Amino acid sequence: MFDYTFQWRQAFKALPDMLGGAWVTFETAALSMIFGVLIALALTVMREVKNPLARGFANTWVSIARNTPSLFQIYILYFGLGSLGLHVSSWIALLAGITFNNAGYLAENFRGGLKAVPDTQVRAARSLGMSAFQAYRMIVVPQLLRIVFYPLTNQMVWAVLMTSLGVIVGLNNDLTGVTQDYNVKTFRTFEFFAIAAVLYYLIAKAIVAVARLLAWRLFRY
Amino acid sequence: MFDTSFTWNDFLYLLDGAWVTLQLTFWAILLGSCVGLLCGLLRALLPRATLPLSWVLDVFRSVPLLIQFVLFNSFKSIAGIDISAFAVGCIVLGIYAAAYFTEIVRSGVLSVPFNLRRASRSLGLSYLQDLRYIVLPMATRVAFPGWLNLVLSVMKDSALVMWIGIVELLRASQTIVTRIQEPLLVLCIAGLIYYVMSLVVARLGARLERRWQEND
Amino acid sequence: MIEIDNVYKSFGALEVIKGVSLTVNKGEVVSIIGGSGSGKSTLLMCINGLESINSGSIRVDGTEVHAPGTNINKLRQKIGIVFQQWNAFPHLTVLENVMLAPRKVLGLSKQDAEAMAVKQLTHVGLADKLKVFPGKLSGGQQQRMAIARALAMSPDYMLFDEATSALDPQLVGEVLDTMRLLAEDGMTMVLVTHEIRFARDVSDRVAFFRNGLVHEIGTPEQVIGNPQQPETIDFLKSIN
Repeated sequence: MFDYTFQWRQAFKALPDMLGGAWVTFETAALSMIFGVLIALALTVMREVKNPLARGFANTWVSIARNTPSLFQIYILYFGLGSLGLHVSSWIALLAGITFNNAGYLAENFRGGLKAVPDTQVRAARSLGMSAFQAYRMIVVPQLLRIVFYPLTNQMVWAVLMTSLGVIVGLNNDLTGVTQDYNVKTFRTFEFFAIAAVLYYLIAKAIVAVARLLAWRLFRY
Repeated sequence: MFDTSFTWNDFLYLLDGAWVTLQLTFWAILLGSCVGLLCGLLRALLPRATLPLSWVLDVFRSVPLLIQFVLFNSFKSIAGIDISAFAVGCIVLGIYAAAYFTEIVRSGVLSVPFNLRRASRSLGLSYLQDLRYIVLPMATRVAFPGWLNLVLSVMKDSALVMWIGIVELLRASQTIVTRIQEPLLVLCIAGLIYYVMSLVVARLGARLERRWQEND
Repeated sequence: MIEIDNVYKSFGALEVIKGVSLTVNKGEVVSIIGGSGSGKSTLLMCINGLESINSGSIRVDGTEVHAPGTNINKLRQKIGIVFQQWNAFPHLTVLENVMLAPRKVLGLSKQDAEAMAVKQLTHVGLADKLKVFPGKLSGGQQQRMAIARALAMSPDYMLFDEATSALDPQLVGEVLDTMRLLAEDGMTMVLVTHEIRFARDVSDRVAFFRNGLVHEIGTPEQVIGNPQQPETIDFLKSIN
């Protein structure tokens, strides 16, 4: 049944290009996480305040991010914004889409984390004369960080995996994009994509390993 | 004021796509649940012997789904296996779901306190009886929310099968966009359909969960 | 001096304190006893402004606690409080737990804060646990750490909110001993407690709370030794 000869040598020649793509992939994911965390923090605060407008906005964001496919979110940003006259590159659409998605999921995690730090901690801090801000900064946030650390790591891995969707809106310099270019040129689909899969796996594992190391250094208790 | 070329037929076409999405989700979850249940039980009950299994499953969680589709699809043609693209979609999504479900089942089973199992064994229940009447019912409640989340995420991830040529909801919306050039409207309708489907599944699940809790 | 004057406090429709007046003089130890839900813990929270009040007034050294212009953080520096659930900061070591507020609130240098923390921790018998995280300590040790944490701010007043209620019986003694030392040192203390014998030993005055009111107040000999009100007698019987 196998009348197919694998041509790995040809695929390995593409490795330097693919590693370049892997770097773009990692960079995009990392950026989307940085923006995602910042927005998620803002969304978390907005969901706690009384203002119904802020609340509604944040809840809508979280709800759409969690209940529609991430590819759909990227599509809307790429084609949708384009039709409003706002033409964005496929990379920007990808980055914005993943950021949107990250922010929604992380906001939900942050909210859960906030609930997991008991009110009595703030109370104890305030009773020592700390201001509300000091209590949050020195007591709540450090504990929150530990609670959300594992979900953050997971989201980072997901962000890396999500970057592969860029190819669908025409991105050609990330790992999947570069791989697809070679695939179109040579039709050696299996070989190229197998190498891409290995690279993705390695990136994901590296992130998990670094996170473990960080957690070990960061959380002493 | 509101002028669109989006027709009733286009809407029906989107619904056809949504039906494909639901079918894909159903088969993938069915496959994923069976395989995941088996693997999860094995992982919980024989943790050492099945360690390699967890490494293999981890691969499916660490490689983009899109690439898994492409790889499996091309492997299919290389090996000369004659199955439809739809079947490929179901199998890949199913294995992907199984990889996640294994972990859900495992932690569900491990959440049953050991003392409780000891208590049931002390009453004279056999290993299998203990599993059947004590461990599994308790683990099911712990694992159910995770399983429900998995259903929702498989439904969303099924959008990626468009890359191997299956016309599901998102692909259907793209086809219409190409024709009538109103991306925002069409995509919003597609998004709304996804949203409603997610909501319905989530609500059904929540209702089921509530009913269990009432019986507690 | 803590002056509590005709204080009312309710949570929603539930009125917990219904016109309490009580004065605690400098150097005095006042115990508050009473059944659960009698408003005694809430009163403590009101004294250092962790809870608001509906009417009346609470003055500490002449400063109105709940007046809008009061710098509550400043005021809290001289009122230490120890909670039922000790509320150790889990992410900080024992030493860091105690050092944090002196450094960040009082603005002490690291050396001074550390010296103060070590002194207080030695005082409560935790000198050998400085680098340990609270999660590794027993409840009694965590509670003693919480006492040291409050004392490190050099407060003029100490409030104890059922400090031993959440502890295993065999750990109660070590915490009570620490509190007893403090009382002997002349600290002004208000303690809400269920340890009647302890209250009798250390207090200058005992107040029996019932339904959000001071039902009976006097020396320990009067209130615990020879109570006049039937409700006080019933209460004392019920917990012995």
